[in-house]
Amino acid sequence: MTITVAGEKKEYKDGLTLPELIELEKVETPQYVTVSINDEFILTENRDTTVLNEGDSVEFLYFMGGGC
Amino acid sequence: MKIIRMDYRIYDELVAYATEHLPEEACGLLAGKEKDGGFTVEKIYYLENIDHSTDHFTLDPKDQMLAIKDMRSLDLKPLGNWHSHPESPSRPSEEDIRLAFDSKASYMILSLMAANPVLNSFHIEDKNVEKEDLRIISEKYYY
Repeated sequence: MTITVAGEKKEYKDGLTLPELIELEKVETPQYVTVSINDEFILTENRDTTVLNEGDSVEFLYFMGGGC
Repeated sequence: MKIIRMDYRIYDELVAYATEHLPEEACGLLAGKEKDGGFTVEKIYYLENIDHSTDHFTLDPKDQMLAIKDMRSLDLKPLGNWHSHPESPSRPSEEDIRLAFDSKASYMILSLMAANPVLNSFHIEDKNVEKEDLRIISEKYYY
């Protein structure tokens, strides 16, 4: 199936889960990354059970914050 | 080391925005293009500091997503983020280092603690900080 990851179209196996995609995309420190699929943010408790579908658009957004 | 270039007008705009938002920390994202073996900052995104704090900042993921989409529509690449230090130097704090999760990002810090603002850019990976070669440029000269 074809999905879009960070704006780039990619081919992955059918039934790919979100944790598998995170591993394949080598996302650093995934516990601090917010994931959106088709503009909807995935709740942390749903991350492990989320399965991707043909045509999905996935974004990985790093937590960005700090202090002085 | 890659060179990061920023036009002085973008720099002036950044300083003006951060100054207007004192005493809070101001923050946002950086977008640009690869050029001459380095990067040129083409656009700065001014995003809400959802902490509204004088010594912390956090970006809203929704704002981040909108900015990333805008970058793509303009054929720009995300370069990293920036934030201001109203009363401390232009270097990553312990919290900045602890919360720097994207090793591909540049982290720019604008200090407003003194009469003259200071902007530096840093690469942060595995808690190690390396200052990057940021150059504010004009058509006539570097400084």
